[in-house]
Amino acid sequence: MGVTINSEPLIRCDALGVAYGAGFVLENVTLHIRRGEFVGIVGPSGSGKTSLLRAITGSLAAARGSVEVTRGTRIGYVPQVESVDWNFPITVGEVLAMTRTRRHWPRTTRSERAEMKEVLEGLGLHGLEGRHIRELSGGQQQRVFVARAMFGKPDILILDEPTSGVDVRTRHEILHLLRDLHSKGSTILLTTHDLNGLASHLPRLVCLNREVIADGPPRETLIPEVLERTYGAPLHVLEHGGMPIVLDHDYTSSEVLRDTERQMRSERESRQ
Amino acid sequence: MTIALDLLAPYDFAFFQRGMVAATLAGALCGVLGVFVVLRGMSYIGHGLSHAVFGGAAASAVMSINFFVGAGIWGIISGVLIGRIARRKIIGADAAIGIVTTASFAGGIALLNRYGQARKSIEAVLFGSVLGVSWVDIAAILAVSLAVGAIVLFAYRAFLFATFDPQVATVSGERVAAIEVMLMVMLSVTILVTMRVIGTLLISALLVIPAATARMITNSFSRMLMLSPLIGALCCLAGMNLSYHLDTSAGATIILVAAAVFTATYLLAGRRARLRVASLNHL
Ligand SMILES: Nc1ncnc2c1ncn2[C@@H]1O[C@H](COP(=O)(O)OP(=O)(O)O)[C@@H](O)[C@H]1O
Ligand SMILES: [Mg+2]
Repeated sequence: MGVTINSEPLIRCDALGVAYGAGFVLENVTLHIRRGEFVGIVGPSGSGKTSLLRAITGSLAAARGSVEVTRGTRIGYVPQVESVDWNFPITVGEVLAMTRTRRHWPRTTRSERAEMKEVLEGLGLHGLEGRHIRELSGGQQQRVFVARAMFGKPDILILDEPTSGVDVRTRHEILHLLRDLHSKGSTILLTTHDLNGLASHLPRLVCLNREVIADGPPRETLIPEVLERTYGAPLHVLEHGGMPIVLDHDYTSSEVLRDTERQMRSERESRQ
Repeated sequence: MTIALDLLAPYDFAFFQRGMVAATLAGALCGVLGVFVVLRGMSYIGHGLSHAVFGGAAASAVMSINFFVGAGIWGIISGVLIGRIARRKIIGADAAIGIVTTASFAGGIALLNRYGQARKSIEAVLFGSVLGVSWVDIAAILAVSLAVGAIVLFAYRAFLFATFDPQVATVSGERVAAIEVMLMVMLSVTILVTMRVIGTLLISALLVIPAATARMITNSFSRMLMLSPLIGALCCLAGMNLSYHLDTSAGATIILVAAAVFTATYLLAGRRARLRVASLNHL
């Protein structure tokens, strides 16, 4: 949909190593993200996804290698829903306005309000400016923070686990929203451990576990060989409508599924 | 008619007028900073800081250094240090803060016992004294109020961002650490100038109660920031007048009025509003 992927990367991690104290949690990570891309970082919990984001956003220094963010790149960061203080006295409008710290006055200007309205409308949050953040549905709550990031006119949107702690419907809503933003030209980087609900729908996945295990479209990355190295346990993959579906451990004992998978693999190999 | 005259009686005294102006300003000032104290879960820090400042005040009295210079330097240094320690969330940080500030407080008492003129001055700093309020005190409170008001207005959005979401504020290029130092400095200076009116022991209450009451009334940050100083000022106004008629300590009466306002709000407000207060950290 008319998205141009510029050849100049916005973010480049080269042989990046990240450590807390003496122990390295990321090693030799090379990852370039260009304007217009939509990239998902997947891996089990503790694999270093958040640490990688923190290195990219500059809140964690590179212990080895380098992280470079093109000068002047504005990062719109959407925190994990769990890290937000939902009891803080703050309305949706206030959440958005607080990012415009260049303006030294509490009250929003008329043009700011118009912009705010546009962003909120674009995310289906029209008319909620005066609501307290707690008085919103799960999907709306997540979208408010996407709206805050978008209100800063970012060059890249970075989301940490946007679908963790939300119900199935909200997950769909968020996926839909992010695809929509991407199709309108936003560059998006997110982390997730939700393989089927989110990752398999993205154009590019980076499988991470201390190091980059694989990098490419889901058809090349959501395969048993890669997943086993990423998750440290054998995972089975089915295909449905051209889309990989990863089965979690509960199903691995099922002989039927194992057979189906074997059959699919031979099909895939014969196609290649 | 006679009742009205009776109510106005204290205003015949210049000392009462001065105390009145000082207390009302102090209430508004503590109300503004109280919003940050309450929302950041810093009430413990406010408490510790007022004790630390007392030590500095006593030391400067004994060494006959100007109160504002001596206690001010001591207060700002300890404020910034306490902020640092608390920010790093080291295990035992609260104990460390408690030990150091209480030691500073005890040292102050000992110094005044040994070298101070009288018990009277200790009492004045512990519980505040309306009689002792001078125009210099009022000028100091006014200057700090204007400065704090200007800073909070001017950097309103940055303060809000850094308070609500320090991590994302950092990513967005806000100087969160600088803002936190700024808050601690404002808090130290506020404690310093209001100490002689409200008293060391009661300042932390004035930093917490009006803000917590405002939190129950509203769900908006900007409204809380307007309501809290208003409540603080009104409580001080009412408390001062009551203290004259009941012949009780001004600082103590102010806090009792504030506590009564809080309780009334708590009882009148719905269950939801009560939950908002329950959710505040370290109250
Ligand atoms: N602040 C920290 N101090 C020390 N170790 C940490 C810290 N944050 C994360 N870690 C460790 O780094 C590893 C990667 O964590 P993280 O990046 O949060 O992974 P993920 O986001 O993929 O779950 C984990 O082993 C975790 O225990
Ligand atoms: Mg994480």
